Amino acid sequence: MRTLQKIGLIIFIIGITIFTFSPFIGSYKVTDDILKTGLSEQQYANLSKKLNEKLVGQTFSFAWQISSVFVNEYELKNEEFKSKEEWDKVMYDNPQEVALSLTKSSATGFYATNILLFFLLSFGFGVLGAIMYFLPDVILLGPPGIKNNHIYRRPSTNRGLIAYFVFAYLIGFYILLYFYPAQLTNQILLVDPLSLLLNGNPASRWFLYGVLYCTVMLTMGVRMYIKYRNNKYQIFRTTSVLFFQVAFAFLIPELLIRFNMPSMDFKNAWPLNYSFFFDWNIDNLLNSGAIGAFMLFWGIVLTLIIVPVFSYFYGKRWYCSWVCGCGGLAETLGDPYRQHSNKTLKAWKFERWIVHGVLVFAVVMTGAALYTFFTNQNTLLGIDTYSIQKAYGFLIGSIFAGVIGTGFYPIFGNRVWCRFGCPLAAYIGIIQRFKSRFRITTNGGQCISCGNCSTYCEQGIDVRWYAQRGENIVRASCVGCGVCSAVCPRGVLKLENGPEQDRIIENPIIIGNDGIKLNL
Amino acid sequence: MENIVIIGNGISGITAARHIRKKSNLNITVISSETKYFFSRTALMYIYMGHMKFEHTQPYEPWFWEKNRINLIQDYVETIDFKNKSLSLKNGQPVKYDKLILAVGSKPNKFGWPGQDLKGVQGLYSYQDLLELEENTKNGIKRAVIVGGGLIGIELAEMLLSRNYPVTFLVREESFWGNILPKEDSELIMRHMAEHHVDLKTETELKEIIPDSNGRVKSIITNNGEEIECELVGLTAGVSPNINFLKNSELDLDKGILINEFLETNQKDVYAIGDCAQFKQHPKKDRKPIEQVWYTGRMMGETVANTVCGKKLAYNPGHWFNSAKFFDIEYQTYGWVFNKALENEEHFFWQDKTGKIAIRLAYDKNSRLFHGINTYGIRMRHHAFDK
Ligand SMILES: Cc1cc2nc3c(=O)[nH]c(=O)nc-3n(C[C@H](O)[C@H](O)[C@H](O)COP(=O)(O)OP(=O)(O)OC[C@H]3O[C@@H](n4cnc5c(N)ncnc54)[C@H](O)[C@@H]3O)c2cc1C
Ligand code: SF4
Repeated sequence: MRTLQKIGLIIFIIGITIFTFSPFIGSYKVTDDILKTGLSEQQYANLSKKLNEKLVGQTFSFAWQISSVFVNEYELKNEEFKSKEEWDKVMYDNPQEVALSLTKSSATGFYATNILLFFLLSFGFGVLGAIMYFLPDVILLGPPGIKNNHIYRRPSTNRGLIAYFVFAYLIGFYILLYFYPAQLTNQILLVDPLSLLLNGNPASRWFLYGVLYCTVMLTMGVRMYIKYRNNKYQIFRTTSVLFFQVAFAFLIPELLIRFNMPSMDFKNAWPLNYSFFFDWNIDNLLNSGAIGAFMLFWGIVLTLIIVPVFSYFYGKRWYCSWVCGCGGLAETLGDPYRQHSNKTLKAWKFERWIVHGVLVFAVVMTGAALYTFFTNQNTLLGIDTYSIQKAYGFLIGSIFAGVIGTGFYPIFGNRVWCRFGCPLAAYIGIIQRFKSRFRITTNGGQCISCGNCSTYCEQGIDVRWYAQRGENIVRASCVGCGVCSAVCPRGVLKLENGPEQDRIIENPIIIGNDGIKLNL
Repeated sequence: MENIVIIGNGISGITAARHIRKKSNLNITVISSETKYFFSRTALMYIYMGHMKFEHTQPYEPWFWEKNRINLIQDYVETIDFKNKSLSLKNGQPVKYDKLILAVGSKPNKFGWPGQDLKGVQGLYSYQDLLELEENTKNGIKRAVIVGGGLIGIELAEMLLSRNYPVTFLVREESFWGNILPKEDSELIMRHMAEHHVDLKTETELKEIIPDSNGRVKSIITNNGEEIECELVGLTAGVSPNINFLKNSELDLDKGILINEFLETNQKDVYAIGDCAQFKQHPKKDRKPIEQVWYTGRMMGETVANTVCGKKLAYNPGHWFNSAKFFDIEYQTYGWVFNKALENEEHFFWQDKTGKIAIRLAYDKNSRLFHGINTYGIRMRHHAFDK
């Protein structure tokens, strides 16, 4: 069994190595035709001369050699226009994105002609190896039960070298994905066939991200099923979150594109889906007939009615632990790191400031966007509304949600984004705290203050603080993952929905002490 | 302002301190030798198994004590001068008290076995015991023998097995925890222990521990004459009040520190709570004079806080309850279920197909009055039974 695990690990490492180093095994040849099809007319007119000089006809070993030349020329040209104040000539596309389309179409050679082989070697090996690594645990871990042995004795889960390596790897990946997508040309090529199959177009970087996201969640989901197989609630919510990711976040939006409809993730509610009210999105929806109008209507209903009503009945968990994709990744890929969330009072104070700050930022940014949409004015109080959107997209959408949100898993726990950054979580949190039937009960006086619940709370809630006093846990940040209840060795904690009355009891009497009760 | 001094920063002493602070402005000092901050003894096993680090077992962050003006001294109290109301410490200056609360806990039993003080022979009670266990197993061991089948014993077994060290478990009774659990209940647990590869030897007692040439345990000999080679012996045959340092003082002692229903000792302004206390007569007639569990320590702490703050209160615990976890099986008990049905009593026992989930009810044959319940692998609600 252990040998099987070791072989699995080796296969996994081979897979991920091939995936990671695929940019080093390609070759690229730019032709004038590629420029013609890849660039817009304006871009071609502006850049073809220089690009023909510097790129066409040559073979390159690395995608970045092409993209850096392209981005450089693009920016030089734009500066030239700007200095001459020829504003109508300036090009407003994202040069990185354009560079990616060039590098993708200029890929040639063994790699580019054997994409399926490399897909199997990278994705296939990665998944196969991981599954081979997880499956033997059914037997190795012994009978079903809580399996947290050695978490604090392993460098991978106790902030050791391996954890820091994963930390750096994830951060690196997100930076390339968001800001230097051309570097990922060869990885994106891997999923081209799948993309053509699903939506009829070559893969974009977001398609690669979607495939990776689903693959990682499904694979790590297998681990969840094995680890928590004693616990029905964990199995339920893992299944739910996998379903919503694969169906709602991935397949449906891709198929919508295939049928020439606006793409939409129907479960992604504003303000997490921060670009929903941007003018280009609203325009796009309004120009797409009945389905577009429905999507617009749905998006509004989702945020204003469905989210609060469900949160009233079930608490935040229905979204954050059963449906959401960010939560889904945190609960699968992030589960081995859940213990690293900071439980101090200081962290809690910081959390309240920053997460509500992001919510305010999201509301202001969206308000400004709507102002622009309705009035066609680009400035509000002297500030360009597009620059607010851009700032939000960069700071919150890319850096916070992606680079920090996922990259920080191995060191700071798996819900950094959900706890400190997600504006939707802040919104639902306010509902959960003040108007909801959800609470975690603490079964009177049974707590032995062991600390398992607090340690494994991914949201950094000091669950024990309440449990040892016999107080219900009613906290804005609780995502109802149920792990505190699962790891509690004394069966103290229980996630419940019930009448709002008596939900919050400040100074309960610990059960068992009749003397105190009588003397009240 | 009165000085309240508490010896022992376990659950009972700390609960007392917290409640005194809630109710009053008195000066509070807690003296304890084991660790600087209160930690949860019940979680020692999880540190060894790697579920938590030591700091996770501390229920309060360091700022808590300062904010609540609870003065912590890490030192050992050597003697108490009850007449002058003064404590002498091993390292620090003597400390004066106006009221003293003794919450000094227990220590593992050792029954005078030959070889019980050898290297590699240890109990499991304190943080130091945990460090010793780490030291004793740092190079890996081929077998451990655990002596005494109670709750701490099975926890120690789980700890060692988490690192794949084979465990032989000696139990004096016919079945595991047989003096407490009825036969079927005990069998359920034993099946589960076997599933976890515990080598359980019932009706077996330790006779002697044999050293190697370095004064380290080499093997043990049982009362059946069997010799079992091992590198570690865990002595977990119960605990008893930790009162050696109080012997030969005016304090009234038996097995523990004798107290009345107000938790008062025979010395003025001196109280005893938690594991170390022994009722001359328990205020509830179905309860034992010494109850060494977390919950009773906590209740006594809360009770004594009232008395110390001028609202004299008798200890009046509700129904008995306790809980434990045997590897993966959670156990809860409520009210009284004895290992054999009492004379006028009947038991109802049910277990599911897997043999891992079970309930036992004890009730009066005639009146059908409920006496108690044991549950395995099911979580029951406390409030429901209190009503
Ligand atoms: C491994 C283990 C698991 C357990 N699991 C459970 C469980 O699941 N459920 C349950 O109900 N109970 C459990 N118990 C029992 C429970 O932990 C005890 O009943 C409880 O901790 C007793 O608390 P206490 O405050 O009375 O004493 P303690 O926690 O023993 O505290 C006494 C403190 O006083 C200090 N002290 C003693 N003498 C002096 C002195 N002269 N000077 C200075 N300091 C001194 C000691 O060092 C110690 O720190 C467990 C015990 C152990 C060891
Ligand atoms: S895990 Fe359970 S027993 Fe331990 S501190 Fe939390 S509620 Fe209490």
